[in-house]
Amino acid sequence: MVWAIFSILVENKPGILFAVTHLFRARNFNIDSIAVGVTENPTYSRMTITTFGDERQLEQIRKQLDKMIDTVDVRRLDDHKTVYRELAIFKIKIASAEDSMEVNKLINAFGAKAHDSRKESIMAELTTTPDQIRAFQELADRFGIIEMVRTGIAALQRSGS
Amino acid sequence: MEAMEREGVKEVFGLPGGANLPMYDEFNRCDIRHILVRHEQSASHMADGYGRVSRRPGVCFATSGPGATNILTGIATAQADSAPMIAVTGQVPVNMIGKDAFQESDIMGMANPVVKYAFQPRTPQEVPVAVQKGFYIASTGRPGPVLIDIPKDVQTDKAEMCYVENFKIRGYHPWVEPDVTSIGRAIDTVIRADRPIILAGGGTIISSAFAELQALAEFLSIPVVTTFKGKGAFPENHALSLGPIGMHGHAEANKVISEADCVLAVGTRFSDRSVGTFDDFESRRSIIHMDIDPAEIGKNQTTNVAVIGDVKVTLRMMLAMLQERRIQITEGGEWVRHAQEMHKYWQENLKIHPGELSAARILRKLREVLPSESIVTTEVGQHQMWASLFFDVISPGTFFSSTGLGTMGWGFPAAIGAKVAKPDVPVVDIAGDGSFNMTENSLATSVLENIPVIVFLVNNYSLGMVAQWQRTFFKRRMVGVDQGQCPDYVKLAESYGAQGIRAHTIDELDAAIRAALKSDIATVIDIPIDPEEDVLPFVAPGTPLTKMILPS
Ligand SMILES: Cc1ncc(C[n+]2csc(CCOP(=O)(O)OP(=O)(O)O)c2C)c(N)n1
Repeated sequence: MVWAIFSILVENKPGILFAVTHLFRARNFNIDSIAVGVTENPTYSRMTITTFGDERQLEQIRKQLDKMIDTVDVRRLDDHKTVYRELAIFKIKIASAEDSMEVNKLINAFGAKAHDSRKESIMAELTTTPDQIRAFQELADRFGIIEMVRTGIAALQRSGS
Repeated sequence: MEAMEREGVKEVFGLPGGANLPMYDEFNRCDIRHILVRHEQSASHMADGYGRVSRRPGVCFATSGPGATNILTGIATAQADSAPMIAVTGQVPVNMIGKDAFQESDIMGMANPVVKYAFQPRTPQEVPVAVQKGFYIASTGRPGPVLIDIPKDVQTDKAEMCYVENFKIRGYHPWVEPDVTSIGRAIDTVIRADRPIILAGGGTIISSAFAELQALAEFLSIPVVTTFKGKGAFPENHALSLGPIGMHGHAEANKVISEADCVLAVGTRFSDRSVGTFDDFESRRSIIHMDIDPAEIGKNQTTNVAVIGDVKVTLRMMLAMLQERRIQITEGGEWVRHAQEMHKYWQENLKIHPGELSAARILRKLREVLPSESIVTTEVGQHQMWASLFFDVISPGTFFSSTGLGTMGWGFPAAIGAKVAKPDVPVVDIAGDGSFNMTENSLATSVLENIPVIVFLVNNYSLGMVAQWQRTFFKRRMVGVDQGQCPDYVKLAESYGAQGIRAHTIDELDAAIRAALKSDIATVIDIPIDPEEDVLPFVAPGTPLTKMILPS
């Protein structure tokens, strides 16, 4: 099983997100994360979907997506030649002044941004790779994570690759 | 409607309701014939049958809500068998969508997984273009059903008719030029093989590559098997024909393909019903796969050589390259003789049921009496598989069945659709009683609209195929398969104003078929058979083609 990033340029119209996610369900593929947004050309949206599978499955996913009439371009991105980032927001418990210091240190160490700093909690916003988000999550866990959210990966291939 | 006329539509199969009434009113003002059905499912199967035979999309109409859900089975059936179809549904007015309005159903959402594409025009301006694009999408590339869901206010509001010339759909590229290098590799692989075989699938029929297929088989002297969907892609009385492979394939076809060292697969998706088990099928042999749909390459079978493109074009190019390379027409050596001997052996030695009206006897009788250009559809069940085994298709592209979805009730309305597409040839539905029950009310359409077809009812008064599985895999614990002696199909036919004939002997059957061929109203020929007769050979699901259960 390998991890793969698909970048899918689609017609920007209602029903397309449903159709794409349905294809994953119907064909017995899994969606690990999905992020969607309009592009420089407002008639297109770009979806970034990450998934796991063996090579044969991944090739099937690419072909089945490509076969859809509302997909205009489907690529499997090479993660070494791609800029990919995910946004995560954590709400972390603060039990003491010492905790507060530690959490702020953690936030700085990850280049994250602090928001809504209160006596009992603080929010951290983090834009990085999924690995870094997982690492942050592990470290933040000992203070207690009240809530968290992740956007899924957005990715673009570097020029010239 | 005007847009439909522009696409050459002459007939529409349908049933009206509140949400498509404005559209229906247009039938009063245009030259399109409306053929009224008794259930929308039948409308979709008729459009499907029409589409497969004419190779132009058949059109069916249904109202919103229950009308739309009733055609879903037909849409899914067409999708599974790549049949071109346009399904037009009425929808509640735009401002009512999402309000759980009376007879509202989210048909766009429900149909999405089983259509090639779906449109829901929200303004009247969008309608003509949706029709244009719908016909284009349904009939090009790998064909399929297209849904056009039109809200009621969009039907009544007025707008200029505007069409687009030379439109492009950005994400749709149905024409792929077959790659010459891959065809060259395909030739090398076939020529190098000692025991090559051609496996022709439904794609061969859809692209009507009959002449090309036959020319190639004869040129290289390669035996030909088909999938069940590909049955009749190649004349089954041809010296190189071995018939369909698969779960209920011909014994010789299953045996010979299992011995082959190279399979040239033309327009097939290697369905599990055809190949038995994927692993066994792809081991020990090279597979060349030609298909119009790139997503089929490598989906079920790994292939050594793949050629993407319309198979008619691909085979033509292959033939031209063979001639260019001055490859000699081969005589067909030991391997072809072996295949032919196997064929002869199994044709003579496959044990058939001893009864007067055994499946083999009645279907061979039908073949004997029926002109070869006649169109044959089937329902789903034992009779369908007996048709595969005992009814030889002589004229390519005249045999159609619901092979992908296996929809009981498809054959009869599809036969009516086929007859509309080709009024001059006899059309026969080889039916089982259970399947016929599902859409038998299409007799009304057949009689009142003067679309005479023949229902060849292989009647075991039971859901025979299921009964066979219960006998075989469930130690004869029979549940839910006995249909009782009900109804009386002769009276049923007569009550619709059709002709009903019961045949108790082969001679009576002979006379009945001849009478039906002469009749200008629909005929149901009721043929009571032994309810215990099994379809054999039988390759149990999940086992390789070599493991056939044969008649004892
Ligand atoms: C709509 C639908 N429901 C159920 C089935 C499952 N099924 C497959 S074959 C069969 C029996 C068909 O009976 P009949 O039409 O009488 O044909 P026979 O097998 O007796 O020749 C059934 C119920 C199906 N294929 N389609």
